[in-house]
Amino acid sequence: MSHDAHAMEMETATGLDSRKMAIWTFIGSECLFFATLISTYLVYRGRSLVGPFPHEEWTSPTGQHFEPILEIKLVTIGTALLLFSSLFVVLALYGAQKGNRKMLLGWLSATIMCGVFFICMQVYEFTHFVREGLKLSTNLFGASFFTLTGFHGTHVTIGVIWLTTMLILAIRGKLPPEKALNLELAALYWHFVDVVWIVIFPVVYLMK
Amino acid sequence: MSSTATAAHDHDQSHPGPAMYLRIGIILFILTAAEVAVYEFGYNRADAGIGAILHPIVVPILLVLSAVKFALVAMFYMHLKQDSKILSGLFVFPLMIAAFIIVALMVLFAYLHYVHPVAIKI
Repeated sequence: MSHDAHAMEMETATGLDSRKMAIWTFIGSECLFFATLISTYLVYRGRSLVGPFPHEEWTSPTGQHFEPILEIKLVTIGTALLLFSSLFVVLALYGAQKGNRKMLLGWLSATIMCGVFFICMQVYEFTHFVREGLKLSTNLFGASFFTLTGFHGTHVTIGVIWLTTMLILAIRGKLPPEKALNLELAALYWHFVDVVWIVIFPVVYLMK
Repeated sequence: MSSTATAAHDHDQSHPGPAMYLRIGIILFILTAAEVAVYEFGYNRADAGIGAILHPIVVPILLVLSAVKFALVAMFYMHLKQDSKILSGLFVFPLMIAAFIIVALMVLFAYLHYVHPVAIKI
């Protein structure tokens, strides 16, 4: 193996690449971060004194009527796209590892498009909620919901930026098979963002 | 290259191919559809039939489906099934702490709500 290839893999005493160890350690710490946010949402669940509520109708003392605020259909589409994006990025990684440029560029572009759609879905959802009268300061549901899903959306946005950087590198021909680990690190982060949503979707949207 | 490094490299080589990724993707899609179906029947059509059966067990079913999806993505898409066990440890150990934090806080707040119901009505 050449000196460059050795430097590229950054081997450690464990035989594992130090960058891969680092991303997994980071993902481990992110588990704790999201656990605190999910815990906060769960312990405040059903304890809001005023509406709008996630699954129940509510009429204010002034007579204003509020429908249940969550839109399951829209979020289900977003969830499906986020799941598909995990499939697409792993196919892009396969293409990068095999030196299949067409596969790499195609699937990586599809992943980024899914991520962008998810962000658009969340922006629409947040805007809709604010118009319907649910803000960060309205009630405990609003505070915990916007904090949890907002931080997740921020992670998705960072993931889209990271993957777009990878796409630009790939277009310029700077992501050859021996540098596929760079894409694998971004893909691991993207999968983590996906698994967090796998937990958030039923906990926030489906459980009454 | 050391033997451990070779072993690690071999792990990377044994990642599944597109056919396996596609199979996992289809399973994930079906499980997500099942989640939404359980929600729809268990809550919105709970008066009779399968909805009445599902209604009391909606939450456990959703938790199990979510856990299966989580495990599939972690094992196959994040390659924990094929990669070094050290990487699995780096993920699973904090994950266990995270699960403990969620359960502990829920139990604590449920207890506080039971003992001092007014104190936490913010």
